[in-house]
Amino acid sequence: MESAASLKIKLEERFSDESVSCVLDRGQVTMEFPAEHVLSVCKALRDDKLFSFSQLSDVCGVDYSEYGEVNWVTHETTSTGFSRGRESESQQKSNVYNNKRFAVVYHLLSLKNNIRLRLRCFVSGEPPRISSVTNIWSSADWFERETFDLFGILFDGHPDLRRILTDYGFIGHPFRKDFPLEGNVEVRYDEDKKRVVYQPVTITNRVLVPRVIREDNRYIAVEEELNDG
Amino acid sequence: MAEIRNMTMNFGPQHPAAHGVLRLVLEMDGEVIERADPHIGLLHRGTEKLAESKPYNQSIGYMDRLDYVSMMCNEHAYVMAIEKLLGVEVPIRAQYIRVLFDEITRILNHLMWLGTHGLDVGAMTMFLYCFREREDLMDCYEAVSGTRMHATYYRPGGVYRDLPSVMPKYEASKWHKQEEVDRMNENRQGSLLDYIASFTDNFPTRIDEYETLLTDNRIWKQRTVGIGVVSPERALQLGFTGPMLRGSGIEWDLRKKQPYEVYDQLDFDIPIGTEGDCYDRYLVRVEEMRQSNRLIKQCVDWLRKNPGPVILDDHKLTPPKREDMKDDMESLIHHFKLFTEGYCVPEGEVYSAIEHPKGEFGIYLISDGANKPYRLKVRAPGFAHLSSMNEMVKGHMLSDVVAVIGTQDIVFGEIDR
Repeated sequence: MESAASLKIKLEERFSDESVSCVLDRGQVTMEFPAEHVLSVCKALRDDKLFSFSQLSDVCGVDYSEYGEVNWVTHETTSTGFSRGRESESQQKSNVYNNKRFAVVYHLLSLKNNIRLRLRCFVSGEPPRISSVTNIWSSADWFERETFDLFGILFDGHPDLRRILTDYGFIGHPFRKDFPLEGNVEVRYDEDKKRVVYQPVTITNRVLVPRVIREDNRYIAVEEELNDG
Repeated sequence: MAEIRNMTMNFGPQHPAAHGVLRLVLEMDGEVIERADPHIGLLHRGTEKLAESKPYNQSIGYMDRLDYVSMMCNEHAYVMAIEKLLGVEVPIRAQYIRVLFDEITRILNHLMWLGTHGLDVGAMTMFLYCFREREDLMDCYEAVSGTRMHATYYRPGGVYRDLPSVMPKYEASKWHKQEEVDRMNENRQGSLLDYIASFTDNFPTRIDEYETLLTDNRIWKQRTVGIGVVSPERALQLGFTGPMLRGSGIEWDLRKKQPYEVYDQLDFDIPIGTEGDCYDRYLVRVEEMRQSNRLIKQCVDWLRKNPGPVILDDHKLTPPKREDMKDDMESLIHHFKLFTEGYCVPEGEVYSAIEHPKGEFGIYLISDGANKPYRLKVRAPGFAHLSSMNEMVKGHMLSDVVAVIGTQDIVFGEIDR
């Protein structure tokens, strides 16, 4: 098994022109690069003898618009116990991704070198667009359709970009953070019309457990160790 | 001259051979498939979105309901992802218990697959045989977790509780006389491990029984040999994993190649096929059941000799003992905080994959440091397999579609999520 650290060095050397940035975290390498290079980088990753990532395990979208947002502000009381919740107002931590919203994340697997690689491309515009990698890995077909369906990211060059998981005639992209958890419409059988009809949702979402970020002192040591190693 | 057109046929979503709610739109030239377009999503429940609104531990139960014939394996990938983010190490006994139940789950899954695949293709008896053994394994699930299917047994930091020292027994009733009950309880006199051991002793002969029915059966071979052939190159391209990939002759098993838990200390073999057709995948899965049986035996031996903790003693992550809560204030606080707010997971992202009975089941988890996941993505093996449906059935007859659905081991819980 090839080590993740050596893969990171090789990637940085090979793709120095594509302004990539590689991060090694918890033994996994993440390579981030601008979306316009996606085809050339992916082709090189598949065909280059150094990498030979012959399989695309997964493609998914991520919506970073609420990253680090919490319902509760907390402050520290002791170094070992729990910190305290203070105010119940929404607060956002500084966004590590410079307020860029949508990203497409690819997971690659190299059977030859027995190693995995994660690629992340931020996509911009409304609707956000990126080139499709279906011609490089056939398995991207449905994964990209799913990402389009759930996040509304368009894949240029995809042979058949239709919705896949949601209902026929569905409106909106449900996995975006601004799409409500309970949805917008519900269905019921209408006795008079003798058919199933759509209507606005009648339920409201209750947050039972607030979302909270606590700085836990125990993990600071662990994180430092991981960063060193 | 009359105009000849291709016929479009709707297969499912209510069809006994569609394995759930698969809707296939087939374009046919006579009885030959020109194009197959699977419509999925009829079982989409938004598991990933739901998980974003709940503390980490409350989503374990959702994982069972993804692939609802191999429940504990789904949980395994999820808790492993959380453990990787937290950077915690699971006690060794818990690791053996997880391997034990992963392999029990693999047999459960393959029995379900064999039974329904047989039934689809016309071998009714297989279904009855397989469900007989499944019942014994379901009892193991019930003994450790209290439920037959949706166990929620794996927890971040270990497993919910140690293996029980007594196996529940049948009681006499209006339908079962005392002699009958005594016979049914024969292998339930000792602990759960004794019960599993007696199962593993009998199971190889049971597999032989299945094989006498199918392996050399003329009808079975006519229906599966040369059907749905996938070359190794295409299998990789299409994202195949697990038995689908191994059936095409590529030796790739995460338990061997990227070992997790204690798989690197156990002895087992990886069967592979040569032709990449439905028959080879059948042989691979049957052999996998034998190998799982071997693994279970080794785990039972180890677990008998080595008692110990099965879950971490870190009460920020795992609930404290009930007795401690009665007279220890801190334990009570820990219990309260854990079950109301949960625990915060350090910021980061992780992809954890396990060798699920169907292939590579991966969980991609992003945490922004909160007590709920920021994003959870389930990489379901069946999703990639089903996407190749068009390629696998093109040029085959309508009845072969059923064989291909069977061989792909489709379960809609994980595909639609």
